[in-house]
Amino acid sequence: MSDTPVQTSATVLTVRQVQDYHAITLVAPAIAERFRPGQFVAVAIGDAHSGRLVRRCFGVYEVKSDYGGTVELVFADTEPGTAWLAGRRARDQIDVLGPLGRPFRLPRDPVNCLLVGGGPGGAALFALADILHRRGCQVHFVLGGPTSRQVFGSRMAQRIGDSATVTTRDGTMGERAGVREVLPRVIQETGADVVYGCGPTSLLSAVTQVAGEYGLPSQVSVEEFLQQTGACGIGVCMTCVLPVHGEDGVTRMVRACHDGPVLRGDRVRWGDLGTIPFDALGAPRVLSASEGGSK
Amino acid sequence: MSDRMTTRIGSLELPNPVLTASGCGGTGRELAPFCDLTRLGAFVTTSVMTQPRAGRPTPRAAEAPSGLLTAMGLPGPGVEGFLERDLPWLHEQEIRTVVSVAGNSVEEFAELARRLRGVSGVAAIEVNTACPNVADRGRMFAWHPGAAAAAVRAVRAHAKPGVPVLAKLAPDVTDIVTVALACADAGADGLTLINTVDGMAIDTGTLRPALTGVSGGLSGPAVRPIAVRCVYQVHAALPDVPIVGVGGVASGLDALEFVLAGASAVAVGTALFHEPGAATRVLRELEDALAARKMRLADAVGLAHKPAGYVPPQVRPEPPAAEAAPAAVAAGDSSKETTP
Repeated sequence: MSDTPVQTSATVLTVRQVQDYHAITLVAPAIAERFRPGQFVAVAIGDAHSGRLVRRCFGVYEVKSDYGGTVELVFADTEPGTAWLAGRRARDQIDVLGPLGRPFRLPRDPVNCLLVGGGPGGAALFALADILHRRGCQVHFVLGGPTSRQVFGSRMAQRIGDSATVTTRDGTMGERAGVREVLPRVIQETGADVVYGCGPTSLLSAVTQVAGEYGLPSQVSVEEFLQQTGACGIGVCMTCVLPVHGEDGVTRMVRACHDGPVLRGDRVRWGDLGTIPFDALGAPRVLSASEGGSK
Repeated sequence: MSDRMTTRIGSLELPNPVLTASGCGGTGRELAPFCDLTRLGAFVTTSVMTQPRAGRPTPRAAEAPSGLLTAMGLPGPGVEGFLERDLPWLHEQEIRTVVSVAGNSVEEFAELARRLRGVSGVAAIEVNTACPNVADRGRMFAWHPGAAAAAVRAVRAHAKPGVPVLAKLAPDVTDIVTVALACADAGADGLTLINTVDGMAIDTGTLRPALTGVSGGLSGPAVRPIAVRCVYQVHAALPDVPIVGVGGVASGLDALEFVLAGASAVAVGTALFHEPGAATRVLRELEDALAARKMRLADAVGLAHKPAGYVPPQVRPEPPAAEAAPAAVAAGDSSKETTP
């Protein structure tokens, strides 16, 4: 099976600062050749004697065939683990596991696709855009962030996208607005048939809702949630669970790393993230007298 | 693999002493792409309860120095889902499987043992005593010798005779030996030492506990000295009861440390989160470590308890072919220099 993930020692090619984020390019042919857009990698932090046991999960910005196969990640430095990664230098070796998780589902026909991103998570949309283009799809971008330094890939989106809309809260780039406010207009203008999203949870929730209002399917990557909660990346640690309702209408706590990170937006119970909804399968219940008595 | 690595837990003979720790190997399917689970001594399942459980809300884990603090709330599919989907897969793959069971009452433990009775593919049952006992205002079974023994007795009474029962104990007790004695008296064929150590972390950003469960279980190399101490103490008191040593095993030498303290087997836990192939690597490294010391596993168990100067039976380097030699070597080399 070529889609089996691998654990590999990758050589760092470059680490560079991109606006408020860091981009690291790794030589990892085995991961590059297996990668499908939407999948992620889990990076070990520190060397063999490090006290850090938790892998950090990152979406993949792009894979290239240079040097046998490279993988580029874009991430924000938010905690000691990402600070360590940002401090790597060319020729350092790091332990990477991947590609992991379910990729974006692709449309069978050449349709109009709207790709909505925010923060460093928006980087994961570019590999998707590439494959959609090759399938003859139109690709429209909406990228947003609090300020211009936190909108990743706006120039790239303008270059490769059939259209690109950029929003910032402070108006330092593009429109002074939130992504949510421009979405209805962009959906109408582009005649989007499907919406893809990657970025902060609040953005994904908004994308799902607006897409739903227009009757459009949404595919979103909960990569940011995974980054905050995940520890293993392969589905054994059970720390990255979120409530998702299935076709049978039953809400289950699913693993973002194993059942995601790409999920159908309309299946995620966005308002209940970080909780166990009372009607979820196996949710704790207040034992009523009758139930307690039946034991 | 040679018989130098074989070990025994009650009536169960294992080709080697390296297991996965409960709750760290998922259903087994997740690890399968990274390591051959059939090569391990056994796969220990995530604790099974009678009903499906969603577990606790996130955040469920917090990184600690050389460790991981977790409060999962025993999520799982319930015994029905487990018997329908998870156990059959393990059985099909011919993975020796130790089923971990968890209950909130003695009756739930008994019920689980009954449900596993007629099922094939259960090599042993591990009783997870680190469960809140509803009848005792939610205090852990593990905290009280009587309560832990009651859970073990219930499982022993209802499990298929001949299937070994292991009691997994928590280290957060005044005297783990007392709890171990009570469990052995209640019919445990072996003891798994240790479960996670109760701990807590506070998020200095949110100014609140880092975990939804407030406190959680600490695992990983941080707890290894505690685990080794527990194994050593219990083996000293109960030298004939097999022990599965658990707690921060990340290398073959870590495993050997547990064996020397008195463990007949070891389980790899949190290391699997970091490295899915960790268990097979630990096995390989332990085999090399024993070979380098010219020892058989069985002769190394509890060796740290022997007086200084004691020389364990030596074995020749890996024999080239099947010969009648090994028995003769073991008999001839009985230079037991027990110093007074």
